[in-house]
Formats: sequence, structure tokens, C-alpha cells
Amino acid sequence: MVTIEDALTEQPLDPGEREKLERTWQPCPGFRGWLTSVDHKSVGKRYVATAFLFFLLGGLEASAIRLQLARPENRLLDPDQYNQIFTMHGTTMMFLFGVPVVLASATYLIPLMVGTRNISYPRLNAFGYWVYLIGGLFLYSGFILNTGPDSGWFSYVPLAGPEYSPGKRMDVWAQTVTFTEIAAIIAGIELIVTILKQRAPGMSLHRMPLYVWAILVTSFVVLFAMPSVALASQMLAFDRLVGTHFFNPAEGGDPFLWQHLFWFFGHPEVYIMFLPAAGFASEIIPVFARRKMFGHTAVVLALVATGFISFGLWVHHMFATGLPQLSQSFFTAASLMIAIPSGVQVFCWIATLWAGRPRFDTPLLFVLGFIALFVLGGITGVMVGSVPFDQQVHDTYFVVAHLHYVQVGAFVFPLFAAFYFWFPKVTGRMLSERAGKWNFWLFFLGVNITFFPMHFLGMMGMTRRIYTYLPETGWGDLNLLATAGAMLIAASVVVFLGNIAWSLRRGGLAGENPWDAHTLEWATSSPPPPYNFTHLPVVEGLYPVWERSAERPVVTGLSAERREILVTTVLDAEPDSRHENPGPSIWPLLSALPVGVTFIGGIFTPWAFVIGPALMLPALIGWGWPQAIPPDDRSIEEVAA
Amino acid sequence: MSAADPAGPQADRIWDLGLLFITLGSVVYAVVIGFLLYALWQGGRRVESVGGPAVEHGLTQWVAGAIVVTTVLLLGLLVANLAVGRATAEFAQPGALTIRVTGHQWWWEIEYADPEPSRRVVTANEIHIPVGRQVRVEVSSRDVIHSFWVPNLHGKLDLTPGYRASTVLRADRPGVYHGRCAEFCGLQHARMDFRVIAESPGRFAAWYEGQLRPGRAPATTLEQQGQQVFLSRGCVLCHTVRGSAAGSRVGPDLTHLASRGTIAAGTLPNTRGHLAGWVLDPQSIKPGVLMPPNQLAANELRALLAYLQSLN
Repeated sequence: MVTIEDALTEQPLDPGEREKLERTWQPCPGFRGWLTSVDHKSVGKRYVATAFLFFLLGGLEASAIRLQLARPENRLLDPDQYNQIFTMHGTTMMFLFGVPVVLASATYLIPLMVGTRNISYPRLNAFGYWVYLIGGLFLYSGFILNTGPDSGWFSYVPLAGPEYSPGKRMDVWAQTVTFTEIAAIIAGIELIVTILKQRAPGMSLHRMPLYVWAILVTSFVVLFAMPSVALASQMLAFDRLVGTHFFNPAEGGDPFLWQHLFWFFGHPEVYIMFLPAAGFASEIIPVFARRKMFGHTAVVLALVATGFISFGLWVHHMFATGLPQLSQSFFTAASLMIAIPSGVQVFCWIATLWAGRPRFDTPLLFVLGFIALFVLGGITGVMVGSVPFDQQVHDTYFVVAHLHYVQVGAFVFPLFAAFYFWFPKVTGRMLSERAGKWNFWLFFLGVNITFFPMHFLGMMGMTRRIYTYLPETGWGDLNLLATAGAMLIAASVVVFLGNIAWSLRRGGLAGENPWDAHTLEWATSSPPPPYNFTHLPVVEGLYPVWERSAERPVVTGLSAERREILVTTVLDAEPDSRHENPGPSIWPLLSALPVGVTFIGGIFTPWAFVIGPALMLPALIGWGWPQAIPPDDRSIEEVAA
Repeated sequence: MSAADPAGPQADRIWDLGLLFITLGSVVYAVVIGFLLYALWQGGRRVESVGGPAVEHGLTQWVAGAIVVTTVLLLGLLVANLAVGRATAEFAQPGALTIRVTGHQWWWEIEYADPEPSRRVVTANEIHIPVGRQVRVEVSSRDVIHSFWVPNLHGKLDLTPGYRASTVLRADRPGVYHGRCAEFCGLQHARMDFRVIAESPGRFAAWYEGQLRPGRAPATTLEQQGQQVFLSRGCVLCHTVRGSAAGSRVGPDLTHLASRGTIAAGTLPNTRGHLAGWVLDPQSIKPGVLMPPNQLAANELRALLAYLQSLN
């Protein structure tokens, strides 16, 4: 198959161009390169790998929970250990895996998919990763030292407040959340700017791939949702550390304030995870159905609508608090309404498969599993959106079943699909299809065996977050079944890890476009060079690789001797200006460390808020130190000729 | 305990709604997955791609139709949901029995409201109600957030410190209905149960009159010794036995302990053996519980148990 790279030979090129690009964009060698990299691909890979490590830890915690609940009155864990473990499981999956892995994979994929050389603000991107890493290490250090948080990932006050959670445990939680918020907001900003200002010429908004749309919407949701939990977690930290009373009812504070702030973030967060996953599905389905996506515009509108409506549902987490009827009705209506855009996407996926010629490789299997699980989770979602019904099932295993169908089904499954789909691009090697199919079927069966019985357990009165139950409850058998299912999931993850380890060395070579896919990242080598494309492509249609003209136009005017990126207009992606993208730098790491000192130290002494910023100052000076750049006076017309 | 076995009008209406959701949801699921499987089957057999305006137009009609059906179904469910919401939230009728439930880590304080202070009953972890009479439950919390839930009677209601909330329920047939705390409230959230005992109005009235009496005075020497143990050891610091010098309200009121079916918030049957284990070492039964262990000599324990078991 011919690619843009091949097409370049027909262009009048400077013969040494590729070597110059290599020289300009190459990272620092060795360990130093590891600490100073600002390439969106190396940071993105590292980010995904770290998030995946936390996924494994969260999975181990889930296994411990399932083993404890396998039998009534089991004594494997005591209540204190259990509470720490289920809190760690939720916190890890939401704050250290869910949101980060979404933004991490976008950090890797988006610049390639929109046809640019690097993400915007690459040093900030590296800084975001370091902050996230510090947060994750901090949380797990606390856990290992028996200072793991134990009030649930939702940390309801007053239980999480100073009076009922003395010690440092919930301080660790509050500050971990702060680290993740900083990293997420940073990634959201970079992705928005990259998507809006760095698309390859010709990729006007109506030619933007659906995954890019999904990430654009997600990034805006991040920007509006994260400040709410940032505010809440800092108020909690203040209540705990300096004796404010934001949440203390005895002193005029309000426990509901926490719930509103937390769920104003917490519900959109579900969509921060789901929207990119739906974007993955919308990219993968056309490739494996071997036809264009049906209803592109409808899907874009559905993504945007979901982003908006996601902010109108948070109160359905509070239906049991005794709110007035009228407000409950409003939030019920919003909770049911969000099923419509989700339905639009599901119908468009089915229509695409209907008129296509599906090829059942592992990525498509995971997407099909996703649809099967997500539709079920969506239907139970409509059920828990109803006030009276929710008052029965709220805080029971019915909700545990629902949320895991949605989050494992509609988030982890598409993520695995994406992993199988883009692994060849990232590493240059294919994952084993045979292992992939084992991985899929074990996982799919495991999820259903684990979570489907929980619907019944919830109806039978089994409440959430309990470390044990009495034999008379009659919940034992279904719990044992659920635990057996969880072991199947664990086995599938082992297959997955084995597949990666084997394929990294022995997997078949991928070539540029092994799946015959249509987005721009498949128009460069696998793995892509540090500069992504020898020449930035010019986009001629909604499916840039499928719809290329014979001329295969490219951008030739960017300097190969500087880290130049092309800035284009927001709507039409017309060339607008050139921008110098910064090179490797140690300052992101050196700036992240004082952030760690401030927030971690702040738990122990207020002096941290003096020492941290004092350390931050030299780092910021180093970061902002001007660099001599030789002038380049060519106009944008010459560049984009 | 099951939400699928309603014993009162509120739980009944909710379960009807649940059945509607489950039926409709199953049909929708079967149809969507049916379409998906059929799409895969017929697409998988295809050798040539299909395309062109006619195909796209056909798909558009199908998808638009599906969206319309989805929207109509959701609107229908919204109406059904609002109707049930109204029905379950109807105001307490005159003559309703009012019960105040206060959440504690990790037990339930139950107080029957009565305009006449001397006719108020205080008990713990066990609610008796007359069958067929409307009951208004007013909830609040002394410490963290708990949630009051009796699946067979009604949905749950949070107990939030600093707030009062209320709900209405009714039992239409006699029985013992299990309730539990549904909001995570710390170490012993798992063992914060209670029981609702719905009985005939006559039996309820008799129980109520019994609860109004002060604690039984010790009748035997052993019981007298037991009361001395109760009053001289840690017990008196937290518990009340009306009619004796013990009047602290930190822990459950024990005035009529022997009349209750369980101890430790529904954890153990109220038998002599369990009571002994609980008094000596509550931490091994409910790790983290706020009741401290008690070191008693064998004869002290025997006397104390005799006294506690006499408090009917």
C-alpha cells in the first residue's frame, strides 16, 4: 500500500531533509533523555504504562474484595483492611487509571491523528505526567505504610472529616486527588489547543475524526468538572488540616455541600471515561466493517450533547438524601435524556456493521463486547435514574453491577480494543490474535459472571461497602459465583500481559497500516519517528488515508532545522502561522518536585506552603529562561506552498 | 429481606415500576442485540461492500426510527416514574404513628413520638409497628451519614447530621422485616442492622405499654448482684436502664433489652451465650465497635447476665 511517505519521493525535496529532521527532533540520549523528554509519544507511552500499572493494582484490590466476600463471615480481611482496600480500588480506578489513561492515550494519539509534529505545550505535558506519577506513588506509599484512605473513593463528610477520620489517611486521599486534578486539567488544555490549532491543513472541523471529536468534548468536560472536585478536596484538606468548618454541621458547615461539589465532578467523570471510549469504537468499527462510519454528523452531535447533559445528572447520586420532589423530577428527566445520544451512537455503530463486511479481529471483538455490555449497563442506568426505583437499589450491589457494566463494559473493553488496534502503531509489532481471542472471551465471560449476579444481590438487600455478611442473608452462593467470575477476569488479564510480553519480541511486523485504517497516524511508519511525519500531510477528506488524491499533497515549507509546527485556523484548518515547539527539558521534572513537596509536606506542616513555592521559583525561572532562536522571516504563504 | 417481596404500598408501587423497567429493558436489550447479531451475520457473509444513496437512505430511516422509539419509551418511563414518585411520597395521614430514628456508629436509636413526654418510648435496633397504620419515620444522625432501609417496605432515606428528613411507610401484613444501614459509615457499616416487627394493633399496643414501664427491679439476689455489676462497672457510662441509676445515652437504651430479638444491631440472636460473648469481648465480634471489652469474674458475669436477661 502506498503511503504519504512514498508519495514524497515525487515531491521536489531537499535530499537531506529527513536527516535534518532526525537531528532536530531527536531526544537526549540515555537516562537523561528519559527525564527530559517532551515528545508526546514517549510521554504518552509512559503515561499509558503507568496508568495500566495502576489498573493492575486496582485489579488486585478488586480480587482481594471478591475473595473476602466469597463466603459469609469470611475472615480473610478485617474491616479496617477491607475499608482501605475498597477505597484504594475506587480511588485507583477513577483517579489513577480511568481519567489518566484516557488523557494519556489521547496525548499519544491526537497529534498523530490530526497530523502535527508534537502536542502543544509539550513541557507542560511532561510536567503533568510527573505530577500524576508523584500523586500515584504518594497514595501507594500511604497504603503500604497502613495509611491508606478508608472512607471510600467518594469520601463523604463527616466520615472523612477530622472528627471521624483522625490521622493522615484521608489527607493522603485529598492530596492524591489534587495531584490527579492538576495533571488532568493540564492534559485537557493541551489537547484542546492541539485539536483546535494544530490540525493538518484541510482537516476542517467537518473532516475531524470522531475520536478527535470525542477527545475535544472530553477535554472541555475535564476543564469544567475537575475544578469542582479540586475545590472540594482542598476544602476537605482545609477542614482537616487548619480547622475550617466547610463541612461540619455543628459549626454551620454542610455535608451536602461536599456531595454536590463531588458529584458535580463525579458524574461528568463517567463521561470523561465513556466519551473517548465511544470515540475508540467509532474509529475501530469502520476499519473492521470496511466501510465509512454511518451517521458521522449524528455521532458528533451525540458526543457534544452527552458532554453538555453530563453536567445535569449529578443529583441522581443523591436521590436518597430526601431532596424535594421537584428537583428530583428534573434530575430524573436529565438522567433518562442522556440515554438518547448514547442510543444514537449505538444505532450508528450497528448500522455501520449492518452495511459493512465485518472482519472479526480482536479489536472488533472487544468493541462488540463493549456494545453488548454497555447497552445492558445503559438500561440499568435508566433504571437507577428513576427516583423511586433508585431509592430501593441505591447503595446496593445493583448499583455495583450497573456501574461495573458501564465502566468495565463501556470503558475498559473499548480501551482493550484500542490497545489491540494501536499497539502495532506504537511498537511496530502485532499482538497475537490467538491470545487476543482468549483474552476477549475470558474477559467477556468473566465480567458477566462477576457482575450479572450482583443485580440480584442488590434486590435481595445486599448493600455496598460491607466487609462481611451473615449466612442467613442467603447471599453466599451468588457472591461465590461473582468471585469465580472475577478469577476469570484475572486470568484474562494474565493472558493479556503474556501477549504483550511475547508480542513485543516475537510479534509479526506491523508495517505502516496493518489494518487498512483511515486516520493519519496510519500514514507514517510504525512506530512513528520523533517528528511524526517527514512532511505534514494535507487532508482531503473525512477519511484522509482512504480518500487521498493521486497528487497526495503535503506541507513542504516547515523548517527541518527547528522544531517547527504549523498552526492552522480553528474552523477550516487553513495555515495560520508557524510556532517553535520546545525541545527536551529537565525543568518539567524539577517543577513537578516542588509541587509534590508542597502538597505532601502540607499534610505535616504549613511550612510546606512556604518551602514548596520557594523551591518552585528557580524551577520556573529555568523553565522560562529565554533561548536564542535564529530569525526566520518567511511568510506563512511561502511555508504552506 | 428483598425489594422484590413488597409488604407495603410504597415498596409495592416501586416494585411494580421495577417490573415495568425490567420487562421493557429486557425487550429493548433483546431487540438491540438481535439487530447487532443479525448485522454481523449478514455482513459477515457479504463478499462485496454495499453502498450508495439507497443503502444510506435505508439506514437513515432505520436509525431515525430507532431514535424515535427510544425517545417515546423514555418519555413513557418518565411519566410512570413521576406517578410512582408522587404515590410513594404522599403526606402522612392524620393518625400516623411518628417514629424518630437517629443513626449512631453503629446502631439505631428509636424513639416513638408522643405529645405527652411520659408516653414516649425509647429503644434500639428494633421497631415495632402496627399493621395497616401509616408510619411516619423522621430520621437524623448523631455522627456520620447513615441510611435507613427496609427493602420490603420502602426505599432508603439518608440520615444526615444537621438535617432532618422524613418518609412514610406502612406494613400491610404482619412479619419481621429486616433493615440495614445503606450508606457507608465506617468500620462496622456491615453490621448495622435493625428489624421492623409489624404486628396486629392489639399486640403493638401491648408491646408499647410494656416499653413504657421502667426497667424491672431485680427480683433475685443474683439479679441484684448483676445490677450492682452494671452500675459499678463500665456499663453505666454509656447505657440507660430506666428506673435505675443508669441514665447515659451514649449507647443503646437497655431498659427492655430482654424483649429484643437481637443484640449488637442485628448481629447476634439475643441469647445468654451471645450476650456473654458480647459483654466480655465485643471487639472480636464487631472489630472497631465503640463498646470496650469488659473484664469480669465468672460470678460477676453470671450475675450481670441474669440481670440483663431479666430486663424484659
